[in-house]
Amino acid sequence: MAAVRQTVEHVESLERYKHGFVTEIAQEFAPKGLNADVIRFISGKKGEPEWMLAWRLEAFERWQAMEEPGWARVSFPRIDYQAAYYYAAPKQKAGPKSLDEVDPEILETYKKLGIPLREQEVLAGVEGAPRYAVDAVFDSVSVVTTFREELAKAGVIFCPMSEAIREHPELVKTYLGSVVPVSDNYFACLNSAVFSDGSFVYVPPGVRCPMELSTYFRINAENSGQFERTLIIADRGAYVSYLEGCTAPMRDENQLHAAVVELVALEDAEIKYSTVQNWYPGDPETGKGGIYNFVTKRADCRGDRSKVAWTQVETGSAITWKYPSCILRGNDSAGEFYSIAITNGRQQADTGTKMIHLGSGTRSRIISKGISAGKSSNTYRGLVSAHPKAKGARNFTQCDSLLIGKHCAAHTVPYVEARNGQVVLEHEATTTRLSDDQLFYVMQRGLSQEEAVQLLVNGFVKDVLQELPMEFAVEAQKLVAISLEGSVG
Amino acid sequence: MLTVSNLHAAVDGKEILKGLTLEVPAGEVHALMGPNGAGKSTLSYVLTGRDGYEVTAGSATLEGENLLALSPDERAARGVFLSFQYPLEIPGVPALTFIRTALNAQRRARGEAEISAPEFLKLARRTAQSLKIDFEMLKRPLNVGFSGGEKKRMEILQMAMLSPRFLILDETDSGLDIDALKIVAEGVNALRAPDRAMLIITHYQRLLDYIRPHRVHVLSAGRIVASGGPELALELEREGYDKYARAA
Repeated sequence: MAAVRQTVEHVESLERYKHGFVTEIAQEFAPKGLNADVIRFISGKKGEPEWMLAWRLEAFERWQAMEEPGWARVSFPRIDYQAAYYYAAPKQKAGPKSLDEVDPEILETYKKLGIPLREQEVLAGVEGAPRYAVDAVFDSVSVVTTFREELAKAGVIFCPMSEAIREHPELVKTYLGSVVPVSDNYFACLNSAVFSDGSFVYVPPGVRCPMELSTYFRINAENSGQFERTLIIADRGAYVSYLEGCTAPMRDENQLHAAVVELVALEDAEIKYSTVQNWYPGDPETGKGGIYNFVTKRADCRGDRSKVAWTQVETGSAITWKYPSCILRGNDSAGEFYSIAITNGRQQADTGTKMIHLGSGTRSRIISKGISAGKSSNTYRGLVSAHPKAKGARNFTQCDSLLIGKHCAAHTVPYVEARNGQVVLEHEATTTRLSDDQLFYVMQRGLSQEEAVQLLVNGFVKDVLQELPMEFAVEAQKLVAISLEGSVG
Repeated sequence: MLTVSNLHAAVDGKEILKGLTLEVPAGEVHALMGPNGAGKSTLSYVLTGRDGYEVTAGSATLEGENLLALSPDERAARGVFLSFQYPLEIPGVPALTFIRTALNAQRRARGEAEISAPEFLKLARRTAQSLKIDFEMLKRPLNVGFSGGEKKRMEILQMAMLSPRFLILDETDSGLDIDALKIVAEGVNALRAPDRAMLIITHYQRLLDYIRPHRVHVLSAGRIVASGGPELALELEREGYDKYARAA
């Protein structure tokens, strides 16, 4: 029976990362390495105005004086920043006007990934099913953005970042770098210098965005990094829900993904930002290859009563270094963070959130579920800080870790600081091992070992899954199952 | 239905079952009694295929099929059900979801169609009612925060819904007050059928007042040392296990 199980596991492991294919298309690259000329090249390719180039060059100058941070509980060989390409784009006519102008190979790629790029395909779905608009980013450029006309009718701007810089410079100038300053940290600074594409969203006052927005990031080119930049602004009383998904081919070398996401919520506005991250995690046995996911995500709840909720399902990447945070500046503003972080094989994750309470009556809620399997390491790192003016601030944090097997590790590093006496900060944490007793109990009822693990893990992460938009929750549940295949045995 | 022959089994290299032989025919209810450490729970785990229980000799078959070659879930699909002495808590998984997942897994393994949602809910409501379980309770995560008695009733509910052929009840009476015991016994008795057999593991005669067995076996030091009719349980109640402990 053991032999049977091994065979089954072996076959499954071949299928484990099903997004690992490469698309063969003509691509165009920036010269390898990083210097001011490469930055001019990127800026030139995107037809950027002078002010944007100046912004990039200043960031590059600052970056050169910075040190790579070493405080996270992750280890990796030194990155050679001169050995990568900072711009890779499919060769195509500048800014395709319709899908017919997009390289069919790219369309095929998204079809394989199950991402609907044709609006009628979305519309042809089940009646009453929620629709969502997609911005598809392929390496360094956005190839398609759907439903733009319909969104424009509602006054919502949803377009590639590079287009926003050209078409909506006032909005970009006002908000870009206003949440994550250029020199915030090493990777954010690098991103500010070389960022390629990403999504730009502006929801005008009082508008409830009529559909879910989503961006699908795909790294395809070899030896290249992806440095996307996303900026979402919800003006007074506006509401938007946004989802980000990511995959990459299986490659032996590590690839850097250093993104910056900035969210701005003005008075009474609400932003829901969900991530389903499934970058290639590297080889589960040798740890070779995989994406370094070094990302800075931050929301500014700038207006009173504004609200931002981050939900993340992190299953991929060789290394994840990421702390989606909320600056609760407006009085009575609220921040939420729901996270499922799964590590298997040789993956390393150091992830969590920061809730910075500046305004009075601010509230935050953190629910983190970490699952470690294989020989992986999974760290929750969080900061809850209540500043002197944050009278009546409240936080509730719940941090649960689940260990599967005997060779994995889970760590919880919470920082809590109260700088006034009128705050309530609660922290609960548990660490449990998936018990043999539980597994046997479930198997005795008729579930196979894999099914039993899935059932128990789905129970463990349920509080977070239910925060995801419904159609993605189903996807995420499947992804959780795939990520843990072969984790017991 | 169940035939166990000269079964030897060890846990961590220590032999617990030392040549156990037992026959439970279809349509019958047998009780297995014996002092602590005799190997009663070990037998239930060996029959259901728990990891760490190593069979070193002998055989166990269900209607002629070798149970020992099957994984726990395969045995469950063949109709082997164990009502646990200490049922486990399953956080985040509502009881209804748990049972439906189990039922469908078993049906798939047997090549049967999955149960439809309305059919399943009807079955759940009917079974809950017969066991005096509030249906709302089935929407809560299985066994989480349930009392000992509630957990045992939930085991019987799962048993009734999964409709197994060979049932093992491991110390089902422990932790039950007399009213709960009666409800559980009624539930078990309702499952008596000509094509079904049961093995009731218990310390005490009390449960057997409500679930009348056809046969009673005494297990001591890993072997069946005496078998008889229901009167054997009464004798054990009066005289204790000493006589049999010596016989072993």
